[in-house]
Amino acid sequence: MAGVGGGGNDVQWCFSQVKGAIDDDVAEADIISTVEFSHSGELLATGDKGGRVVIFQQAPENKSQPQCRSEYNVYSTFQSHEPEFDYLKSLEIEEKINKIRWLPQKNAAQFLLSTNDKTIKLWKISERDKRPEGYNLKEEDGRYRDPSTVTTLRVPVFRPMDLMVEASPRRVFANAHTYHINSISVNSDYETYLSTDDLRINLWHLEITDRSFNIVDIKPANMEELTEVITAAEFHPNQCNTFVYSSSKGTIRLCDMRASALCDKHSKLFEEPEDPSNRSFFSEIISSISDVKFSHSGRYLMTRDYLSVKIWDLNMENRPVETYQVHEYLRSKLCSLYENDCIFDKFECCWNGNDNVVMTGSYNNFFRMFDRAQRRDVTLEASRESSRPRSVLKPRKVCAGGKRKKDEISVDSLDFNKKILHTAWHPQDNIIAVATTNNLYIFQDKPN
Amino acid sequence: MEVNTEVKRIITLSLGKLYSSRSQRGGMKLHRSLLLSLVMRTARDIYHSARLASESGEWQPATAQSVQEQPATEEQMDTSGAQVETSAPQLTSPLDSQLSEVEKPGHPSYARSTEDEENRSPASPGCQSRKRRGKASAEPDFLPSKKARMETGGESPAIRCVGLRSSNVNSCRVGDTLTSVPVSLAIAAF
Repeated sequence: MAGVGGGGNDVQWCFSQVKGAIDDDVAEADIISTVEFSHSGELLATGDKGGRVVIFQQAPENKSQPQCRSEYNVYSTFQSHEPEFDYLKSLEIEEKINKIRWLPQKNAAQFLLSTNDKTIKLWKISERDKRPEGYNLKEEDGRYRDPSTVTTLRVPVFRPMDLMVEASPRRVFANAHTYHINSISVNSDYETYLSTDDLRINLWHLEITDRSFNIVDIKPANMEELTEVITAAEFHPNQCNTFVYSSSKGTIRLCDMRASALCDKHSKLFEEPEDPSNRSFFSEIISSISDVKFSHSGRYLMTRDYLSVKIWDLNMENRPVETYQVHEYLRSKLCSLYENDCIFDKFECCWNGNDNVVMTGSYNNFFRMFDRAQRRDVTLEASRESSRPRSVLKPRKVCAGGKRKKDEISVDSLDFNKKILHTAWHPQDNIIAVATTNNLYIFQDKPN
Repeated sequence: MEVNTEVKRIITLSLGKLYSSRSQRGGMKLHRSLLLSLVMRTARDIYHSARLASESGEWQPATAQSVQEQPATEEQMDTSGAQVETSAPQLTSPLDSQLSEVEKPGHPSYARSTEDEENRSPASPGCQSRKRRGKASAEPDFLPSKKARMETGGESPAIRCVGLRSSNVNSCRVGDTLTSVPVSLAIAAF
């Protein structure tokens, strides 16, 4: 995979597909809240505020047009979570899907974990393309035959039928979180996973639902002394004893489960000293980390805070090795962003397959890619206007101040209601899924 | 003073957000409440520093002791789901007991602390009367007038911290854990 955009050998991104309703009147239940490719990239799952999961499957490669990558079509749709009511606390529990994580495929069926604020569920998605026919005691429509009319016996056989994709909940992991779950992460041992809320991290075994181990607890004895919360956590991609969690103070802690049962003491603390010249009312808010992701290699860590993306080397704790400004022009607008609540938006970030490029979302349906190797970045837009089949996306530019050039957009004309919080990159290919409020855009690199 | 006008605006804005997050579906989010309280704390410190500076006529760093109010939002996280109490919209603790975090009896996780311990109010040695002290802690003039509150016999207007299944008022305001922001730091928010 080459670079991020531009000419020459660089990747040029083309529109491939858009999923979701076209009309501007967005139903709240349709707001996409999470996007995740499966380990092979063949499946793409989205979760929405209404508790629904929609899975898209990549169609098999078209033999007559091998250079044109195939499209993603709806494979399965199911209601994962329903709204619930906690009678003890008089609180409604939202059905919004906060995170989806795929399990690696072990057999014909696919498995994924989906979570709302309180409950994690393991779903099995399986295909049925044949059914038994020729029962002796039943008609084909299911009605029972009169036994006296049965004169011969036959063995039922499987006959092909139209493909049916079934999703069934295999495990429900409930009642383990007092606060709102913000992350789940499957361990590389493929047997355990962790779930994280604001103050605690629990370790589960995929087969066991009635208990979990608490491995991190930062709840202070006196809640008045609370100064930070956990914002995200993830297992190391190949070291099954290692995980990291990020905090609202902008720090990341790496923990080793071999050290002790309770990982309150971190093995490493990644923290960059604050730049005093940037101090403001809102410094704490913008330094809060909204997402943390290991690189595929496991060597690097990426964190996203409100204005930037940082890459950390696991071997260096005192500062990130790379910092990319996502939308620095917003630094002077923090007060307005506080007023309209945008400052609380939690942007996610992702790596491409070979860890050379990272991607994250912004406002005005813009998303940004940073090529670490080539030290280049590009801003692209997910919009209906640039949605003609295979049309190449034009790089966008925001004018921070001064004279606005042609084709540039001024900061004041940015639409802060159009935010891209969730993006995903295919594990091997240059295919990306970008979620706007209620639409899922799929872009691919331009075929040669 | 211009700084203080802006500071007042931010505090009022923050309080509004804190109040409206009560009625949000899914309950109050701890992270958001924490961030709001941090903003209010910073704003309050600036406000008092600026006021002290103007009153004394010379620059003085804000001292923690002069301020008794705390955006004790965190306090509310620890209460059980008993009464929902709306107190006066003071700077301290507008959150209600929706943030109670009672560990359910059948809790499957091997929690470190027992159920009871979590919901016992902290027996800190600095446990003080809930009434505010000091001039600087008098209610700021820019806040809206006090709304009717549920008063039960001579309690101070701040939010209660109710222990699990107990109607005692177990509020405890631990001595200041605040860090004041020196006035010399630029507030480059606007």
